Amino acid sequence: MIDPSVFQLVCFYAFAAVTVAAALGVITLRNTVHAVLSLVLTFFSTACIWLLAEAEFLAIALIVVYVGAVMVLFLFVVMMLDINQERVREGFIKYLPVGIIVALVMLGEMLALIGVRAMHEKVMGDNPATVAGMSNTEWLGHALYTQFLLPFEIAALILTVGVVAAVVLTLRQRTGVRHQSASQQVLVNPRDRIRVVKMAAVAPAAPQPAPGKETTP
Amino acid sequence: MGEQILNQIIWPVVYILCIVLPLVIAVAMFVYWERKVIGWMHVRMGPNKIGPLGLLQAFADVVKLLLKEVILPTSANKVLYYLAPMLALVPALAAWAVIPFNDKLVLANVNAGVLYLLAMTSLGVYGIILAGWASNSRYALLGAMRSAAQVISYELAMGLCLVCVLVLAGSLNLTDIVHAQAGHKGILDWFMWPLLPVFIIYFVSGVAETNRAPFDVAEGESEIVAGFHVEYSGSAFALFFLAEYANMILVSFLASILFMGGWLSPFPASWGLIGQGSFFWLFAKAFAFAFLFLWFRASFPRYRYDQIMRLGWKVFIPITIVWVLVAGCMKYFGWVTVGTGG
Repeated sequence: MIDPSVFQLVCFYAFAAVTVAAALGVITLRNTVHAVLSLVLTFFSTACIWLLAEAEFLAIALIVVYVGAVMVLFLFVVMMLDINQERVREGFIKYLPVGIIVALVMLGEMLALIGVRAMHEKVMGDNPATVAGMSNTEWLGHALYTQFLLPFEIAALILTVGVVAAVVLTLRQRTGVRHQSASQQVLVNPRDRIRVVKMAAVAPAAPQPAPGKETTP
Repeated sequence: MGEQILNQIIWPVVYILCIVLPLVIAVAMFVYWERKVIGWMHVRMGPNKIGPLGLLQAFADVVKLLLKEVILPTSANKVLYYLAPMLALVPALAAWAVIPFNDKLVLANVNAGVLYLLAMTSLGVYGIILAGWASNSRYALLGAMRSAAQVISYELAMGLCLVCVLVLAGSLNLTDIVHAQAGHKGILDWFMWPLLPVFIIYFVSGVAETNRAPFDVAEGESEIVAGFHVEYSGSAFALFFLAEYANMILVSFLASILFMGGWLSPFPASWGLIGQGSFFWLFAKAFAFAFLFLWFRASFPRYRYDQIMRLGWKVFIPITIVWVLVAGCMKYFGWVTVGTGG
């Protein structure tokens, strides 16, 4: 039977290959909707890789936040745009040098980060979650809400400010717009709107249809 | 070696089939039940011609759908058009992996079960959006747009409701959440009492998430014909249908598990046989919730689009945010005594 660690390695390479292929698809596919869907696949396979690394909270948060919400909005916008496919590709050669420079800088930064991590490996020791005997999610919760409470709250505050700012920026005051106020609507007294008229019932004096003859409605 | 393959591959597949096949049959019977119930509420008979009491009506419909031709609209995006129904169905079925039917009976007893459920239910919207876009039809696109905005809005409220349950239960594992509701007082130990507003909001958001009446603007017949699946026919349409009803049953099960003690009995354990937990209780609770879906559909007129958005953003989300704080205080100061001594 297959050795579990070998199987894990095979899975890692399979997910990594899908991630890279999908990421390439994002920048090469002509159809913008296909490109967005490739980005979704990139996120999804990245989440799978994180699951292999036993970071299940990050993996599922990636799917919930990015795949489930952010990319849906992305797709929403891209579908609404009537993009001229030819024009999108026009500047490809022109911007290629800038793109290559950005990619190289990012590669350098990532390599530096990997180097720092590798040197720290001896200092950091074992996975703190396994040492504490908790699941990754549980340990993350404990660390965030005790040790890192202040940075966490500051991040939340910045995000809230960002939300308020986005709403304020897009809020346009237009004149002549008809609004409905639900709170006023429910306060309406039925007696102001409808008048019940009492009328005495009167028997109709209509002639009875002749027997045996069917009336068509 | 052969035994290992049997344990690792064959048995999980058998277990998965043991969940999915009854689910598909349950969907068929649920459709029959829906037509019957709505018929009675309209003072009609409902289906009564095929089979005894019309019981075979759903299967006749399935056969009809499978035999019909799947039509591809002109200049539709072929790949995405065929992919969309599958993308709608797969998350609807995958979410069932973590549902515990009783103490032991669960396919995957994972610790991050609630997170997994959130992830799976948030993926279902892709099927709807892509169906709307790939059909190359204005009605379908409008339906997809409405659905995407609605699902994202109500997912927030739903997520915050789950946070309240997590705070009280102290676990993300669905089996542990049910165990946290076990106690001597039966029904009084369930989370629905301390979390009553959240419980109601959760179920209403569930109705909105599944695009059911009165939140069914995504397929509002009077405005946009049938919404996102207007161009679909035959088996492709059947897949959308299956996904929608599987999601309804899933929401019913989840509401029972998270707020009404799952398989636990509503009576105290000292009452003998009816005080014992069993999956029959879970099915009875889920059936009651599923009936509510039908009751809503027969009773309420459809919400207008801006009313749906107002309800989601201005009513549900503020209430759930406040109740997260209340639930935190309940847990911290020990105000509630649900699930004491299971």
